[in-house]
Amino acid sequence: MNKWDWSNVDDFMPRFWDGVLVTLQALAIGSLIAFSLGLVWAIAQRSTLIWIRWPVIAVTEFIRNTPLLVQLFFLFYVVPEWGPSMSPLATGIVGLGLHYSTYTAEVYRAGIEGVPAGQWEAATALSLPKTRTWTAVILPQAIRRVIPALGNYVISMLKDSPMIAVIGAFEMLGEAQAYSNETFTTEALTVVGVAFIVIAYPASLLLRALERRLVR
Amino acid sequence: MSAENSTSKETPNPAADGSELIRFDGVMKRFGSNVVLDHLDFTVSSGKHVTLIGPSGSGKTTILRLLMTLLKPDEGTIKVGGEYLTHEERNGKLVPAGETHIREVRKNIGMVFQQFNLFPNMGVLRNITEAPVHVLGLSKDEAEERARELVELVGLTEHLDKYPSQLSGGQQQRVAIARALAMRPQVLLLDEVTSALDPELVAGVLDVLRDIAHTTDITMLVVTHEMNFARDISDDVLMFDAGRVIESGSPEKMFSDPEHERTREFLSAVL
Repeated sequence: MNKWDWSNVDDFMPRFWDGVLVTLQALAIGSLIAFSLGLVWAIAQRSTLIWIRWPVIAVTEFIRNTPLLVQLFFLFYVVPEWGPSMSPLATGIVGLGLHYSTYTAEVYRAGIEGVPAGQWEAATALSLPKTRTWTAVILPQAIRRVIPALGNYVISMLKDSPMIAVIGAFEMLGEAQAYSNETFTTEALTVVGVAFIVIAYPASLLLRALERRLVR
Repeated sequence: MSAENSTSKETPNPAADGSELIRFDGVMKRFGSNVVLDHLDFTVSSGKHVTLIGPSGSGKTTILRLLMTLLKPDEGTIKVGGEYLTHEERNGKLVPAGETHIREVRKNIGMVFQQFNLFPNMGVLRNITEAPVHVLGLSKDEAEERARELVELVGLTEHLDKYPSQLSGGQQQRVAIARALAMRPQVLLLDEVTSALDPELVAGVLDVLRDIAHTTDITMLVVTHEMNFARDISDDVLMFDAGRVIESGSPEKMFSDPEHERTREFLSAVL
């Protein structure tokens, strides 16, 4: 094996930062999609209207139980044949967000079910409108207790983010692999490995602190 | 005030004029094969304080929950202020009521629960103003003024900015009473409101309720195990057994000289 060569690291840095930017973009926007869409799924799954509840359950079960990789290929190669085509990065973000929204939906569901029945009863007794009951009473209590669980999925999503490289959205690992292939070196891959832990570990510490604060 | 309001629906007369305010007609309620209310008929006149007594499982709480629309009757009808609660008349036929109708009739009813059920994510003040603002359409200032008066009534002025978790059970229940009264309901339902309290906190809550019973003309339906309280505030006492009213009368008569054997047995067990 070659010896560790810092000049390879220096050389890789500009592309590394490009990759970091893509990773963080995918993570930030993907989380946003996962958090908001997951909430929509969770509420729709409780709808009294069967033609809303049933299709939503079917779609979310389907997405949750098929591999992210397959969904990324599908979004990138199949969807454009009859629908919109998006850049690799946009496709990757949508894929991550959509996939993880089916997990966050389960988290929200547990949170909503954890709100005591008495809260719904009090809202009924006061005749609070449905939307007000959700936004002012149920969701604030439900979300508060699931924030740590949601955070765990952000970290999972970070670790799944290299998958979007398969459709050409070069995040950290994609950049490193390309660089390594071009130069027959390995330093870039090590840099990215370290970068993942530098991002993920403090994030999980932050989550644990948040958990201590919120779940009392 | 914008929402106490313009609908043509006859909002029942708020004055306690002794007219019939609540009417149960042949109400059946089953849970599975267990018949909780068995073709129940009874009426409550406005301004009256009626206590429901009877062994547990006799259907007392079910009556309150039906009135609050937390349960729906399997058969029969309930009227509040002359309006059907869970039914409405359409083309001369009685059909299950829509949400709007239920909401309109239900606004006349308030409830205090055994477990308080305050909103833990809101402070005391907002627990009380939430519904007046979002249901009655009061301005924030009007609602807060009303809330402050009620908080004073229940003796918690110094706790106005606290959250429910910072209050004792007795204090929480007094906030819950204020929250129910803030809607200015004609009927107040009290469902074993002291059962979840530590013994030393019971008196404070009952004092507040006595005060309300004696100084307002609100109609009260009370389920309680506090027989002294029932005797103090009730105009009528209804004895339930197996989903039926087996005896009713003034508290004096009911507590000292009940006619029915079951009533005597029950009272000797709880008094």
